[in-house]
Amino acid sequence: MIRRVIRFLDTRTGSAPLLRKTLRYAFPDHWSFLLGEVALYAFVVLVATGIYLTFFFEPSTAQTVYHGAYRPLQGMEMSKAYASVVHISFDVKAGLLIRQTHHWAADVFIAAIVLHLIRVFFTGAYRKPRELTYLIGVMMLFAALLEGYLGYSLADDLLSGMGLAIGYAVAMSIPFVGANLSLLIWGHPFPGDPSFWPRMYIGHVLFLPVLIGGLLAAHLALVASRHHTQFRRPTIPSERKLIGIPTFPGQVPRSLGLMIAVAGVLVLLGGLVQINPIWLWGPYHVYDGTNGAQPDWYLGWLIGALRLVPHFDVVVWNRTLVPNPFWGGALFPLVVLTALLTWPWVERRFTGDRRAHNVLDRPRDAPVRTAIGAGFLSLVVMIFLAGASDRALVFLGISYISQVWAYRIGVWIVPILIGFVTWRFCLALRAMEEVQAEQEAAVRSAQPD
Amino acid sequence: MNESNGRSRWKLVLVMALAFLRGIRRREEREPIVEERGGDRRAEMVVALLLLAAAACAVMFVVVYALDWDNLTQWLGLCLGASLLLIAAALIYAGETFVPTEELVEEYPAIEHPEEQEAIEQIGRESVAGFTRKRLLVGAASAAGAALGIALVVPAASFGPFLDTESFYYSPWRRDRRLVDEEGKPYRAEDIEYDTFYTAFPEDAYREELAAALVVVRVAPDELEMPPGREHWAPEGIVAYSKVCTHAGCAVALYRKPLFAPAEPSPALVCPCHYSTFNPADGGSVIFGPAGRDLPQLPLLVDSEGELRAAGNFSAPVGPSFWGVRTRRPTA
Amino acid sequence: MSRRRKALLAAVLVAGFAAATVARAQPPSGIVHAPGGGKQKQLQLGAELYAANCSSCHGPQGEGVLEANNRGAGDITAQGPPLQGVGELAPDFYLRTGRMPLDHAGEEPERQRPLFNGREIDAITAYVASFGGGPKVPDPKPDYGSLSEGMSLFTEHCAGCHQIVGEGGYVTGAKVPPLQHATPTEIAEAVRIGPFLMPKFPKSQISDEDLDKIIAYVMTSKSPEDAGGFGLGHIGPVPEGMVAWLVAAVVLAGLCAVIGGRLSS
Repeated sequence: MIRRVIRFLDTRTGSAPLLRKTLRYAFPDHWSFLLGEVALYAFVVLVATGIYLTFFFEPSTAQTVYHGAYRPLQGMEMSKAYASVVHISFDVKAGLLIRQTHHWAADVFIAAIVLHLIRVFFTGAYRKPRELTYLIGVMMLFAALLEGYLGYSLADDLLSGMGLAIGYAVAMSIPFVGANLSLLIWGHPFPGDPSFWPRMYIGHVLFLPVLIGGLLAAHLALVASRHHTQFRRPTIPSERKLIGIPTFPGQVPRSLGLMIAVAGVLVLLGGLVQINPIWLWGPYHVYDGTNGAQPDWYLGWLIGALRLVPHFDVVVWNRTLVPNPFWGGALFPLVVLTALLTWPWVERRFTGDRRAHNVLDRPRDAPVRTAIGAGFLSLVVMIFLAGASDRALVFLGISYISQVWAYRIGVWIVPILIGFVTWRFCLALRAMEEVQAEQEAAVRSAQPD
Repeated sequence: MNESNGRSRWKLVLVMALAFLRGIRRREEREPIVEERGGDRRAEMVVALLLLAAAACAVMFVVVYALDWDNLTQWLGLCLGASLLLIAAALIYAGETFVPTEELVEEYPAIEHPEEQEAIEQIGRESVAGFTRKRLLVGAASAAGAALGIALVVPAASFGPFLDTESFYYSPWRRDRRLVDEEGKPYRAEDIEYDTFYTAFPEDAYREELAAALVVVRVAPDELEMPPGREHWAPEGIVAYSKVCTHAGCAVALYRKPLFAPAEPSPALVCPCHYSTFNPADGGSVIFGPAGRDLPQLPLLVDSEGELRAAGNFSAPVGPSFWGVRTRRPTA
Repeated sequence: MSRRRKALLAAVLVAGFAAATVARAQPPSGIVHAPGGGKQKQLQLGAELYAANCSSCHGPQGEGVLEANNRGAGDITAQGPPLQGVGELAPDFYLRTGRMPLDHAGEEPERQRPLFNGREIDAITAYVASFGGGPKVPDPKPDYGSLSEGMSLFTEHCAGCHQIVGEGGYVTGAKVPPLQHATPTEIAEAVRIGPFLMPKFPKSQISDEDLDKIIAYVMTSKSPEDAGGFGLGHIGPVPEGMVAWLVAAVVLAGLCAVIGGRLSS
């Protein structure tokens, strides 16, 4: 029976040689190599749940009056977009489950990418010949950030509406062309043209998913073409040969199992833990605000940066060259993106290492890279924490103003400290290993034959 | 001739028969590709049970959906999530126990292919070897490509009036426009009491614009320090500012006022996004937080009926800063 | 560190935190309850309690102490607003929510367990009201009909500081309290007083009917509609991000560790 199917496929598509090669394609086996897959499977869940939601969401800012199951909103004027999301949450059976699964999947998708990026960085997997794979990955991360932002802003609730205004301010703050760029995107000063909402919608459901999907396909194709990296194996020449588990049958139950587990965890969260209860926030109005408004976690680094910059616009002869939000909202992420994108070449320049590498470093084997990475990561994490300092005040009682000043000073000092400590730690670990190896060699040579 | 033909025909049949038989044997004795792994009856039973349990959960999902239980989202999530996790557990356990998990050794592919690289370059070179005016053609092709590229991108300019920044200076406020509350009722000067804050809109104008909403408070006349030129902007100490923060466009929805002034911070308008804090007594200057610009002030007048009206337009464009935000005041 | 040392360190830390918590709950030094079992008439009791606990900051006749001096009872710096004309409304609010007496003027009064019992609160309230005039303790009637009007009013006047479902927050210079424990009377009182840095909303701005609607909304916000499951405190993306990292990411990374191989040492 199966033979028949295989024969049919092969005669009509000619793909049996490729299929046979794919079935026995070997993947090096380490648990940290699966983190990228977690991101991939979260993306699959995002697309599946997202498609369902598109059948119910209305991307329109036209005003309507709410008449539905949720009492506190009864009779309230709101946009059709917001009303449709409340409708999905209360009147569409399984609508809230799918909506929440979708939102949890977005949070976890980006978390998984970050974990995967950290693994790739600290093991040097981005080195030749995999720089292109790495670049595509970084671009996917930033595309995912934008995609998530647009996604939760579509609901037009009070929290995300405030966030959208901030995005507008950051666009406006770009020197020289900010206002013009904002007009291109919004069509009109904030809150924008009526066409802005459908524009945001198409960006979120068509343009960015296709972009991310395309980048993802290229990323996976490149991984397959160059083969996955591996840690050094004592039994084989690891730069030339790899030891791995073949796709079929070995990897399939593990990877398929992981995919279904990711979906399962996300669905469990989607049903049991509430996320983005927009009916509590109410509809967005330009003249309304709520305390404690925050973006989704993956933009927390930006709100932190925006809060820490002292109050000044750069003004030259009455022309506002650099409005304040530029530093935290645009320049900071641009610097991080540039640092990430250029790192493989920066490292090549400074180490002089232009060879291709199929073997990964353990973090301790590249102390300078690990130290710089740890320092940079701590910088971003510190700024991220600064974004939640009003929460720290409310829960821990630490003065907000003191926190702002502590972070303003700390972001210059702490990353350097952490980098230094990490560097020493790596050196110490290696020294310990050398001592141990010497001891073992001494023991072996002392053994009577 | 016939005899040799007949013999070669028999030879052909014999060869074919032998090949056929050998083929059968080959199919029976093919080299194994997948390394065998011993069966594990117990594990297989566990996997089967997990899968059946998953099936049960999936059925429960459909039942719960159809019967519309209370806390529907939680039950649906639990059923579907459990079903998925059980299948995942079955797969992973199978992978751990009885699915062959071999370790293969493979070659890493060549880093590069110099032969093919050269061949590609050669193909390219030889294809244009006969061209006589290469530079001209390249120049002309570049011109065509660049121009066409630009032309194709140009319709994106229709996304918005990106060259016309006039709209940033527009505000619905003009002299004698009445201030009304959220229900449309005009504010009277005597309505504005101390120690609280009011949100005001222009009468008969669209409200979902940055320049529409105002925050109005009353400042004690002896605490008023209006900037030069604005001495008459605050009749009876009533001041009006744009409600939209000059930092990033959130609504300035907080007002702090001291119950006991000798021991508490002075009155201030505060934005909840990044805590930009503005002083209402001196024209909206920034006391704390990242805003780079004072809060734009609207001059007020009290008409003969005691109602509050605008006495002109804002002191500066409202909302987040941009290139020309300091070059002129808003126009009606 | 040896196991015993670790246990000892843990015990010390736990004891330290416990002590700190207990210490916070104690009243500031110098709360004087009336001697003689409180058998006096109400105004007499009120006068005695007021004299012993309030007068050094608020003045013997409620005239206030505008310039700080160090003659406060129990070593505190004496300074405080006048109480003439505040009626029953203000003292009832401050005493029932434990916000008064305060350690020193300028400190933010925070909700804690009341420092006087009910009878004492009534007595002091009556005495302060006797300074002259002022509103009575309000009697709000939350109308459970129009929650959406209450939500609109709350959004316009209150959400900027107290957060859209009353979880509290921050305004420059003060922590804004959450409204989880507020009773309808306390809400009505606070709106009319404008305690500490809160605005003082007059009836001309928020009528008694509007106030009833706002109170109705606040009451329902205490247990908001959590159709989506566990509510995570209703403050939005910060706890959601924590769940994504500390629950989902941990579980999934852990799953990877179970499925995948490890480096042989």
